[in-house]
Amino acid sequence: MSNAPVLKGLLALLTCQLGGEILVRLSGVHFPGPVVGMLLFLVVLRVCKPAETSGLVTAPSLLLRHLHLLFIPAGVGIVVYLGTIRDNAWPLAAGLWISWLAGFVATALTASALMRFLRDHP
Amino acid sequence: MTPVLLHGHETWTWLTTSPLFGITVTIAAYALGRVLHERTGSPVVQPVLVAIVAIVVVLKVCGISYAHYLVGGSYVDFWLGPATVALALPLHHEWHLVRRAAAPVLTGVLAGALVSVTTAIVVTNLAGGSRVLQLTMAPKAATTPVSLALSAQIGGIPALTAVLTIIAGITGAICGPWILDRIGVRDLRARGIAMGSVSHGIGTARALTESRTEGAFSALCMGLTAVATSVLVPLLILVL
Repeated sequence: MSNAPVLKGLLALLTCQLGGEILVRLSGVHFPGPVVGMLLFLVVLRVCKPAETSGLVTAPSLLLRHLHLLFIPAGVGIVVYLGTIRDNAWPLAAGLWISWLAGFVATALTASALMRFLRDHP
Repeated sequence: MTPVLLHGHETWTWLTTSPLFGITVTIAAYALGRVLHERTGSPVVQPVLVAIVAIVVVLKVCGISYAHYLVGGSYVDFWLGPATVALALPLHHEWHLVRRAAAPVLTGVLAGALVSVTTAIVVTNLAGGSRVLQLTMAPKAATTPVSLALSAQIGGIPALTAVLTIIAGITGAICGPWILDRIGVRDLRARGIAMGSVSHGIGTARALTESRTEGAFSALCMGLTAVATSVLVPLLILVL
């Protein structure tokens, strides 16, 4: 397989992010640029309807396959905050895990109740 | 004694300040995490968790600062931006499923984002956390590039938000499916919605190992949660 399709896909991803970052700054709206880039890229995909072998599919697939790798440098940042975490262990642990559990259960029950409702009342 | 002089100090200085070090260590730790994950087959052994612990140990043992590690680490970190853009791909792929399940997906994501952000601020506050800690906690359910950007915007500690976000993801990967079984949520679409809405990319990777449908809905909801959280966090911090 030639490299050209992946290059085209990477260029599309970078251009969409760049577009998103510029739009956010020009408008002065406080919103993450990459999320705007994601919406731009979704429009590109809906309009172009690329084939599975197109770089517009292979390049994002490559990044998503190793998504976990990309989280590591940010996660290693814990090394700087070991002291802060020790000093605030209780509020951080409670805030993180109680909130995680509440959000998780709320989402799961809401979604499954609505799925059941839609199945029973088509 | 020996005629060959080893330039140990110069080499060490170069090694710890070159981007090559951070990049190599990051990829090596990730590879180690993946191997251990495959060997043990245990959901507790998450590659990202193994990699972070391994790198923290290396940095502590060698006395290398996070800033020096980031000289190389930031090359890897940079790609989180394009990877966030890439999340449009699962959205595009599952468009037909999504359109039919639009109501549960959108309601689930909205409920998840509302409860996540509200309880994050309120519980951290009740447990005695400062305002900065509450703001740091608020965006933790959104995927890292988004939670990090939001945290910086509202006055949290971005790097700590990134760490909390990653722990929220790992928690979902480890406990998520078990909790879903306990509360009787068996619909694969609903399971995916919960995983993606509260545990973003790391939860999505776990959902994909359960089933393709669950993974697809998780990927979709991770993207939608990024949008919902970006809109809700700046609004909710005004009232909470």
